[in-house]
Amino acid sequence: MEWEIVIGLEIHTQLATKSKIFSGASTAYGAVPNTQACAVDLGLPGVLPVLNKEAVTMAIKFGLAIGAEVSRHSIFARKNYFYPDLPKGYQISQMDDPIVGVGSIEIELEDGKTKTIGVTRAHLEEDAGKSLHEDYQGMTGIDLNRAGTPLLEIVSEPDMRSAKEAVAYMKKIHSLVRYLEISDGNMQEGSFRCDANVSVRPKGQKEFGTRAELKNINSFKFVEKAINLEVERQIDVIESGGKVVQETRLYDADKHETRSMRSKEEAMDYRYFPDPDLLPVEVSEKDIDEIAKTLPELPAVKQARFEKELGMSRYDASILTADKDLADYFEKATETSGPKESGRAKLAANWVIGDLSGRLNKEDKTISTSPITAEMLGGMIKRLAENAITSKMAKEVFDAMWNGEGDADTIIEKRGLKPADSGEVEKIIDEILANNPEQVEQFKAGKGKVLGFFVGQAMKVSKGKADPAQVNKLLTEKLK
Amino acid sequence: MSLHNKNLTELSDELKNKNVSSVELTQHFLDRIETFDGDLNSFVTVTADHALAQAKQADDAIAKGEAGPLTGIPLAQKDIFCTEDIKTSCGSKMLDNFISPYNATVVEKFNAAGAVMLGKLNMDEFAMGSSNETSFYGPVSNPWNTNCVPGGSSGGSAASVAARLAPASTGTDTGGSIRQPASLCGITGLKPTYGRVSRYGMIAFASSLDQAGPITQTAEDAGLMLNAMAGFDPKDSTSVEKDVPDYTANLGNDLKGLKIGLPKEYFGEGLDSEVGDVINTSIEQYKKLGAEIVDIELPNSGLSVPAYYVVAPAECSSNLSRFDGVRFGYRCDDPKDLEDLYKRSRSEGFGPEVKRRIMIGTYALSSGYYDAYYLKAQKVRQLISDDFKQAFKKVDVIMGPTAPNVAFNKGERSDDPIAMYLSDIYTIATNLAGLPGMSVPAGFANKLPVGLQIIGNYFDESRLLNVAHQYQKNTDWHTQMPENYR
Repeated sequence: MEWEIVIGLEIHTQLATKSKIFSGASTAYGAVPNTQACAVDLGLPGVLPVLNKEAVTMAIKFGLAIGAEVSRHSIFARKNYFYPDLPKGYQISQMDDPIVGVGSIEIELEDGKTKTIGVTRAHLEEDAGKSLHEDYQGMTGIDLNRAGTPLLEIVSEPDMRSAKEAVAYMKKIHSLVRYLEISDGNMQEGSFRCDANVSVRPKGQKEFGTRAELKNINSFKFVEKAINLEVERQIDVIESGGKVVQETRLYDADKHETRSMRSKEEAMDYRYFPDPDLLPVEVSEKDIDEIAKTLPELPAVKQARFEKELGMSRYDASILTADKDLADYFEKATETSGPKESGRAKLAANWVIGDLSGRLNKEDKTISTSPITAEMLGGMIKRLAENAITSKMAKEVFDAMWNGEGDADTIIEKRGLKPADSGEVEKIIDEILANNPEQVEQFKAGKGKVLGFFVGQAMKVSKGKADPAQVNKLLTEKLK
Repeated sequence: MSLHNKNLTELSDELKNKNVSSVELTQHFLDRIETFDGDLNSFVTVTADHALAQAKQADDAIAKGEAGPLTGIPLAQKDIFCTEDIKTSCGSKMLDNFISPYNATVVEKFNAAGAVMLGKLNMDEFAMGSSNETSFYGPVSNPWNTNCVPGGSSGGSAASVAARLAPASTGTDTGGSIRQPASLCGITGLKPTYGRVSRYGMIAFASSLDQAGPITQTAEDAGLMLNAMAGFDPKDSTSVEKDVPDYTANLGNDLKGLKIGLPKEYFGEGLDSEVGDVINTSIEQYKKLGAEIVDIELPNSGLSVPAYYVVAPAECSSNLSRFDGVRFGYRCDDPKDLEDLYKRSRSEGFGPEVKRRIMIGTYALSSGYYDAYYLKAQKVRQLISDDFKQAFKKVDVIMGPTAPNVAFNKGERSDDPIAMYLSDIYTIATNLAGLPGMSVPAGFANKLPVGLQIIGNYFDESRLLNVAHQYQKNTDWHTQMPENYR
C-alpha cells in the first residue's frame, strides 16, 4: 500500500529578552546553576509574576511576519502539573486567546516549487528549569536558571507530508526568528527545539491516522531522522495488523529509536485556567502599527530583491537569505566591493556561498565568527573585479586573510601580487605556440578542445600571474 | 488611662508629644503578650528583639522630628505576610520551618512608615477557615469568652487587637477573613477594594479574591493604617494604579442624605434574631444621623457561597502546588522516590481543611468538569457583581450583619464544613465582586460582640471610613473591652 505521511510541528523558540518573562532575573545562558533564579523564579510563597512587555512585542513581531492576526486581548493560563524543575507546580502559558492567531509561511520544496504551511497559533509561555540526573549518585539536581525564560510556542497545521518538508518548515521558522532578532535560535543551547506530531494514512484517505508526538528534538538532522524512524515504525505496526496508539514518544539519537513515554490514557490533565495573578494582555491597533514599523526586511522580500536588483539566481538568493547574518554579510561585502554592478554581486555571492561557506563549515565556524570580515572579502572582490589580481591570486589572498595577514590590499602589496601585463602574456603565448606545433595543427584541424591545453600551459608558465580571460582572448586571435 | 486602653490615633499623639517613647510603648505591649497570650494563642511568633530595635530607631526619628503618624506604633502582622529573616508559617506545618528571604510589600510599607512589628499572628492554615481552628499552632481564643472561637481566618489578628495585645494588626480577607473575626471579636476591620493593597509577599490562598487590610479599634485607626498599606505596586500586576487619598480626610463629613441600602437577602432565614436586633438598632442610629434607608435586592446573593467554594478552592489547588517538599517548607523523611516525596510531604505537611479544598479545587478544574464548575462559578460571580452594580446606582453604601451569629464554641462546627462555610454567607459576595467592606462593632448578643457590615462601591474606602467613624462618634461599642484584658 502507498502511505501518506502527515506531520505537524510545535516549535519552542526561546525569546531573546534580557530578563525573564515574569521576573527581572537574567536569561543569559551558561551561568552557575541557580544563580539566575530570583524569588519569583523559585516560586517562593507570596511572589507574583509581572509580564515582561518585551516578550509580548517579540511575539507580535512574529505574528506580523507570518501575516497572522495578533490578538487584541490575550490571556495567560496556568498549566498545572508537578515536576521538580517546575517550581510553582504550574507553568504560565496560554490556552484560549493566544497572542498570535492563524498565519502561514512558505517553504521551498526540492522540486523548486513552493508550498504554504499553515501556522495555527503561537503563544507565550515560561520555560521550566532543568533536572540534572548525572553526577548526583542516585539523586537529581535542579537548576532553575532557565525557569521563567520566555518561550514562543509556534504550532503548525498538519500540513507537512515528508520529513524533508518538516525540516524545510523548521528552517524557515528558524530563519525568520533570527531575522526578527527575537531569538538567537541556538539549538545546542536549546533555544530552538520542537515536538513533531506524526501520523500516516493510506494515500487518498481523508481522515488522519492516529498520531504520535515526538518530544523535544533539538536539531534539523534529528527532526528528519526521528520522523522517518517514526513513519517506518507506524507503517510496520499497521502492515503487521496492529494499530498505532496515540502516545508521546521520545527520540533517542544515540540508540536511533523512538520509544514510548506515555500513552493517551496516561496523559496528564493539566487543569488549565486563567492565571488570576496576571491581567489580560491588551494590544491596541497603535501598538501593532508601531511594532510593524520596526520589522526588518523579511527573508522572502529580501530574496525577491536580490533576484531583481542584483540579477541573482533564485538558488543563490535563497541560500544567501536563509540566514540573516549571512545575508547581512553578503550585502556588506557587495557594498564594499564597489558600485552595484551585477558582476560584483555575482562574484560576491560565489565567494560567500563557495569558498567562504566551505571554509567556515570545515573549520566549524559561523559567519559571525569568520576571521574574514565582510569588508575584507568585499575589498578583495573589488580588486578582483578591477583585474588588479587574478582569480588564482584571489584564492591566495583569501587564504592569507583567513590566516590573519590583514586585508586584501595589504596582502597584495606585501606579496607583490600583480597580473602579468599584456606584453608578457603575448611573449609567453608565442613561446607556447612555437613549442607545440602539433597541437596548433590539431586546433586548426577543428579540435577546439586544445585551446584548454594552451590556456593551462600559459597559466603554468606565468605562475598564475596571467589572467585566464586575457590568455583566452590572445590565443583566439593568434590562432585565427 | 493605661497605654493599651488607647487606640492607635491616641498613641500616635502620645508618641508625637513625647509622653511615651516607642521603646516604652513596645515593651508595654510585649509584656501584655507575655502575660495574656498563653491563653489566647494569638501570636505564632513574638519578635521582641526585632521590635525593640525598630522602636529605638523610631524614637530617633521622633527625636529628629521625622515622625509620621505610624512612627513608633507597635503593630502585629498576620503570619501570611512574608517577613525577611523571620519565620512565616501561614499557620501551617508545611511552612513551620520557612524563613522568607524577602519582605511582603505591606511589611515594607509599614517599615517605611516607621511602625514596629511585635510579631506574627496566628491564623487558619493558609487562611482557610472561619474559626482559627485549622491552624497548625492550635486554636486562638476569643477574648470575650475563651471557650469561643475568634473567627477566622485572621483570628489571631482580631483576638490580639480585642485583647489589646497590639493597638492594631493586619489581616487578609478572601471570603470574610478580616470582617468576620472583627465582628466576632468586637473590633473594626476593613477589607479594601481588590487591587487597592499589594498582594506581593502575601501567601496566596485564592489570588482573585485575596486582599489585605487593617484590623483596628476604630475607623480612624483603620484610615491611618490604610494610608500606609494602599497603593500600586509594580510587583503585583493586579494592584491598581490609582492615587491613594488621605483616608482620614473625610472622616468628619456628616451623614445627612446618605443613602443606605438594606438587602433583604441579608436579613432572612439563617440570621440569629438577636444579631438581627442589634443590626436594626444600629440602622436606627444611622437614621438619627440623617441617613436615608433604601430597601434593595441582591437577588443572586444566595449563590455566593457555592460559587466561592468553587473559585477559591480552584485557585488554591494551583497556588498551593508549590509546596512540594522540593525547595522549601516541609519535606517528609526518607522519600523512596519522587512520587513518595510529593505524596508524603503534602499529606503530612497540610492539614485536613487545606487538603479538602485542594481536592475540591482540583476536581473543579478537571477536564470534563471545568465548564460545569469553574466556568459556571465565574459566570455566577459576574451576576453577583452586576447585582451590586445595580444596587450602587440607588444607594451610597450597603449595610447588614457581618456574620449570621456571634462567636460560637470551639469545636462546635469543626466537623461540619458546610455550617462553617455559612459563617461567611454575608461577606463572601463582596470578595467575589471585589468591593470594599467593613465590620464595625454594633452591640452585643449573648454577651458576645456583633459586627455591622458596611459595603461600599469600588475604591470608596474613604466613604466607608467616614460612615463608620460617624457611627463610632455617636456610639461606644468600639471602646468596649473584654473584662479580663482591661
